[in-house]
Amino acid sequence: MSGGTYLGMPAFPEAASESTQNKQLRANLTHATHTIRDKRAKAVAELADWPQLRAAGAAIKNRTLRHLDHYLEQVEAAVEAAGGHVHWAADADEANRIVIDLVRMTGETEVVKVKSMATQEIGLNEALGEAGIRAYETDLAELIVQLGDDLPSHILVPAIHRNRSEIRDIFAKEMGNWGRPAPDGLTDRPAELADAARLHLREKFLRAKVGVSGANFMVAETGTLVVVESEGNGRMCLTLPETLISVVGIEKVVPTWQDLEVFLQLLPRSSTAERMNPYTSMWTGTTDEDGPQTFHLVLIDNGRTDTLADTVGRQALRCIRCSACLNVCPVYERAGGHAYGSPYPGPIGAILTPQLRGTQSKLDASLPYASSLCGACYEVCPVAIDIPEVLVHLRERVVQGGEVTLRGSRTTIKPAKGHAAERAAMRAARWALDHPAALRGGQRLAARTRRLHPKRLPGPGKAWTETREVPAVPAESFRDWWQRTRGKETK
Amino acid sequence: MRVALFVTCVNDTLYPDTGRAVVTLLERLGVEVDFPAAQTCCGQAQFNTGYRYETEPLVRRYARAFEGYDHIVTPSGSCVAMVRDNYPRIGEKAAAEGRGDELAEIAASVVPRTYELTEFLVDVLGVTDVGAYFPHTVTYHPTCHGLRMLGLGRRPVELLSHVKGLELRELPGADECCGFGGTFAVKNAAVSAAMGADKARHISETGASAVCTVDNSCLMHIGGTLARLGSQTRPVHLAEILASTEEHPYAPGGIR
Amino acid sequence: MSTREQVLGRIRRALADVPHGETPDDVPVNRDYLRMHGERSAEETAELLAENLADYRAIVHRTTTAELPGRIAALLAGRGAGRIVVPAGLPPEWLAAAEGVELVTDTAALTHRELDAVDSVVTGCAVAIAETGTIVLDASPDQGRRRITLVPDHHICVVRVPAQVVDSVAEGLERLDPARPLTWISGPSATSDIELDRVEGVHGPRTLEVVLIHE
Repeated sequence: MSGGTYLGMPAFPEAASESTQNKQLRANLTHATHTIRDKRAKAVAELADWPQLRAAGAAIKNRTLRHLDHYLEQVEAAVEAAGGHVHWAADADEANRIVIDLVRMTGETEVVKVKSMATQEIGLNEALGEAGIRAYETDLAELIVQLGDDLPSHILVPAIHRNRSEIRDIFAKEMGNWGRPAPDGLTDRPAELADAARLHLREKFLRAKVGVSGANFMVAETGTLVVVESEGNGRMCLTLPETLISVVGIEKVVPTWQDLEVFLQLLPRSSTAERMNPYTSMWTGTTDEDGPQTFHLVLIDNGRTDTLADTVGRQALRCIRCSACLNVCPVYERAGGHAYGSPYPGPIGAILTPQLRGTQSKLDASLPYASSLCGACYEVCPVAIDIPEVLVHLRERVVQGGEVTLRGSRTTIKPAKGHAAERAAMRAARWALDHPAALRGGQRLAARTRRLHPKRLPGPGKAWTETREVPAVPAESFRDWWQRTRGKETK
Repeated sequence: MRVALFVTCVNDTLYPDTGRAVVTLLERLGVEVDFPAAQTCCGQAQFNTGYRYETEPLVRRYARAFEGYDHIVTPSGSCVAMVRDNYPRIGEKAAAEGRGDELAEIAASVVPRTYELTEFLVDVLGVTDVGAYFPHTVTYHPTCHGLRMLGLGRRPVELLSHVKGLELRELPGADECCGFGGTFAVKNAAVSAAMGADKARHISETGASAVCTVDNSCLMHIGGTLARLGSQTRPVHLAEILASTEEHPYAPGGIR
Repeated sequence: MSTREQVLGRIRRALADVPHGETPDDVPVNRDYLRMHGERSAEETAELLAENLADYRAIVHRTTTAELPGRIAALLAGRGAGRIVVPAGLPPEWLAAAEGVELVTDTAALTHRELDAVDSVVTGCAVAIAETGTIVLDASPDQGRRRITLVPDHHICVVRVPAQVVDSVAEGLERLDPARPLTWISGPSATSDIELDRVEGVHGPRTLEVVLIHE
């Protein structure tokens, strides 16, 4: 996996059938996800009112989404009143152009970055690179990804697919090409690896004139932005540069200061399984002689209003990017994040990506099917997004087509290609199932020929019999047994 | 009390023993049970694959088949979850599409009457000791629909704990999905198989003679995987264990 | 049409299902969650704060106002700290007992590199939250600019007990002014980026010492 782009990636089943065979990847993911799973459960169990907090989190987000225009106008006014500048971007290209222009206005050719899903989503680093501006990722995991010419595979821990010895090798080999080399004799002890990152990035923090971030929350009534982090790289980027540019999805707004009392409890426990993450920065516009003296907020749509237009799919916009759903997902654990072909992997990615990007590509149309619908994601979601419900809803969109909103316009989409045989089979099955006599006929035919059924099937059945035996067809269906022994049928 | 068995299409066609076990068990507990022959399938596979419109005739059929019954009992957690969670959604969407309230009314009528077998035993009949006898070691896999959608909780384990001769072995990683997931099993066969292999390994490691669930569709995948891996553990539906007595012991093929 | 109008227009069209005339307050938010978790005396709250701070590897000390200068001097001497940055409004008596140290006062003119050459920083705080083991700085005169508690590797933070200690996140937020730049600190900097296991000590101060003074 390399090259810094998700473009042209195969559909989920093809990508996953390869990644599930990667023993190292499987071992890394199983170890990491199971570690955090148990810790999250403990952190959540500490709060007796977790269900109430979760319901309040969902309700606050619902309130926000139903009146999003109001809250965005409010946050815009508050940020500008506090000395910030607000920009609006309809899509990734526009957002990237705005950021490039803002950096150019400073005369700088490099920026330091706080980990941000929004800038991953719009491909900001690549766009800046093409404009001759170098973006340095400063989150440890993002650094691992950037130095390894890799792609993120997890929302919280983008390098979760790498274990400590792989990280050591990347640091030892690549740090020198980007700045201060890794110390000689670097081992794979996590504390030493963290120390190597501290030394490597310190120089960049001290000289940086422009910082780029996202935000976890924007408070509408006060204009306050909130970044939740652990390492202190966020604080460095948010306070040392002269200019700060924050690129934030429009759904990140929350109505009131008080609302943070809910999210600052839900997020750390769901995400890193901590009572509170080590550092949270909150800033409102600019402060004289403290931190960046120029602050730009870039609000991005990029498919969010399309998602908002779907009354079932809308709930995906409640997401606070905690990644709890990834950590409990059995499919994510085995397929890995790259198979989802998007910065948003896992269960939330499977409902967010096809809504932000649409379901036209083969990859995006395959994402709603990347789930056994086991419901573990919904159970842990701190804002109660019913991910299985939305997955099935999007499956409908794929196979049935219908009215959707694409880039702001109502459009009727056709059923996706490649489902014709399945559709015919579903119709035939529905017909048979709506005609019990036909069902009985089929059962009897199967029973009569049962000694002839092969153990390994061709065609679509092959996918089953490659790893599983097929159940033997019984000599007599239940229906026939009932009629034979009870003699009567009701109705 | 008029009680109907909704045997489900999978059990009807592939696992008639499970249906027979439910009848045997309920009759032993003094419940007269009917099998309305107009029933076929709840439509779960169609709905979960995205074919909502193909599901609607099956929703109507379900309502017609079970009209007039006080309780509809089914030995399939996932089919109950389909009725309980998704029939109302189908009704809601049809109404939103301007096609009237018919499907919503159907949902409102069938949802409160539909019970998973262990719910019916524990909540309606109020029994946890059904007088069963099954002299084997058993491990219980609590299936996703049973665990998370229906919230069956301790009901199945309570029932198993009262079965004479049965030794219950705890299943490591019990709450993890087995990887079946309906059409997921073929659409994402590699991931499904990997999940199934892990589940099968955990099951085999318990050393139990049998693995039981409240759902034969998961069991078909688990059993198929166990058999391919040469495991000695046999898949058995919970109903078949509860139907087994000292006078009429039930021993699925090959069980130790 | 500006992008702003375009995006706001898309939002309004997307929300066609929201009844005309519905206001934000019409969308119910039930705040039946707990304002604090459990019942505690002031002393128990301070104890919980100390426990939770220590759980995330902050080093906690407890002392009195009178003994504070001696304690701070000892902590600095223990690390061999020679250059100490202090906020302009730090009570001067706090460092009165520290001998042989160079005090650098937080000013706008101080460069990042000069700050990087400092060993330790001593500050007060705005509020401390017991349930989460968090101290919050709001850039008041006794806390200084945000960067002074970030660049040095050693931070000594003084908390007045019970005046500055609250039980919960909700109570903490109520005491804070959102117009000020705020930094919430729960233990020294840490990362979970290597195999989702927590390691302390990345970019922020790797040693956080919290001194609780009982008034």
